[in-house]
Amino acid sequence: MCLAVPARIVELDQDRAIVDAMGNRWKAKTTLLPEAKLGDVVLVHAGFAISLVDEEEAKKTWELFAEIENFEQTRNKVSG
Amino acid sequence: MLDRIIHAQHTLNEACTRLDRPITIMEVCGTHTVSIFRSGIRSLLPERVKLLSGPGCPVCVTDQGYIDTVMQLADRDDCLIATYGDMIRVPGSHGSLETRASRGNVKVVLSSEDALQLARENPGKNVVFIAVGFETTTPATAVVVKEAAAEGIQNFFALSGHKLVLPAMRALLSGMNDRIDAFLCPGHVSVIIGSGAFAEIVQNYLRPCVVAGFEPVQIIEALAEISHQLAAGRAELKSLYGAVVTERGNLAAQNIIAECFAPVDGYWRGLGKIGKSTLALKEQYGRFDAFRRFGLEDAPGKDRSGCRCGEVLCGLIEPVQCPMFGTRCTPQTPVGPCMVSSEGTCSAWFKYGRRK
Repeated sequence: MCLAVPARIVELDQDRAIVDAMGNRWKAKTTLLPEAKLGDVVLVHAGFAISLVDEEEAKKTWELFAEIENFEQTRNKVSG
Repeated sequence: MLDRIIHAQHTLNEACTRLDRPITIMEVCGTHTVSIFRSGIRSLLPERVKLLSGPGCPVCVTDQGYIDTVMQLADRDDCLIATYGDMIRVPGSHGSLETRASRGNVKVVLSSEDALQLARENPGKNVVFIAVGFETTTPATAVVVKEAAAEGIQNFFALSGHKLVLPAMRALLSGMNDRIDAFLCPGHVSVIIGSGAFAEIVQNYLRPCVVAGFEPVQIIEALAEISHQLAAGRAELKSLYGAVVTERGNLAAQNIIAECFAPVDGYWRGLGKIGKSTLALKEQYGRFDAFRRFGLEDAPGKDRSGCRCGEVLCGLIEPVQCPMFGTRCTPQTPVGPCMVSSEGTCSAWFKYGRRK
């Protein structure tokens, strides 16, 4: 449940943001991270940005997610 | 990346030659549990390093009494239940939210904001947000309670079962489980409370505490650091997750939690009653408190017959030691929450192999 995903803020209006991770976009709020700016990469948990993330770290997580997705797809194929 | 793994393994092996006994490291985060199993880290560890999953999955630690209160509210015609997906299949004493969903009054939300939106869209219903989770999740509840207050929304309520990680760690070390030598500390809880929050565990209980993220290599590095400390007879606080965790944590989030919630004594599955371990809405926001609005009490419940999730959560038994594991209790036919939640220890054992 504490899963959080790094995503880039691509739109920001007060504390209402649109974030992007690997092309997926969704709404998030920056209420808990008032210093967040447009273009920042932030850690998003349950619809809220909770921390700034450096670019390199975010990239590693995105790659990991892509890998897991591939793994899950393979596994589903195997198990039918 | 390979050199980091080799270095960590070298540190682990070297520490083991100096240790005069096996060591037990507990992780207290469901996301760590899943990452450890999925990546096969357990199979890489020396014999002498044992991992235990602790009370880190929020849905799993939630007492049966709370779950049954949720079911009671879901049975009311005037209530609309808004819940995170993790909670939907957790069995109550009589059925789950899933079995009640056909009545149309249970909605899965991805964010507390969605729950508040349901209240705006359904003025004729009392929308009850099932507010469970550790410090990572609590600020999101606080934000919407404040929004509801600012907008004067009358039909939004939070059933707070929010829990604090530190009181559970203290309870485990104060006699409940004396096998724990060190903690792998939760990454995203630490984003909120700060890595410095674990200093008291290091100082008062002399147990190494290392904060790590969820990348498998970083987890192995944390386990190596812990083993190294134990072999040297030291207990220190360290964070390897500097990319997102600071020593003091997210102050805006801490402030909003403190503004809306106060710690009260609360019930945990397996761990029982722990003083000042659960967050209740403060008087100022009392009108959004579902317990108060519906005259309910946060009382302990009775675990389902034969379910040993409580012992699993305290690290007292491994899932395979439960006679129902993999037979009567599977992810398709879960008896206890540790098998339901994707972050539950039993679910991780079932899915990713019962190897070690």
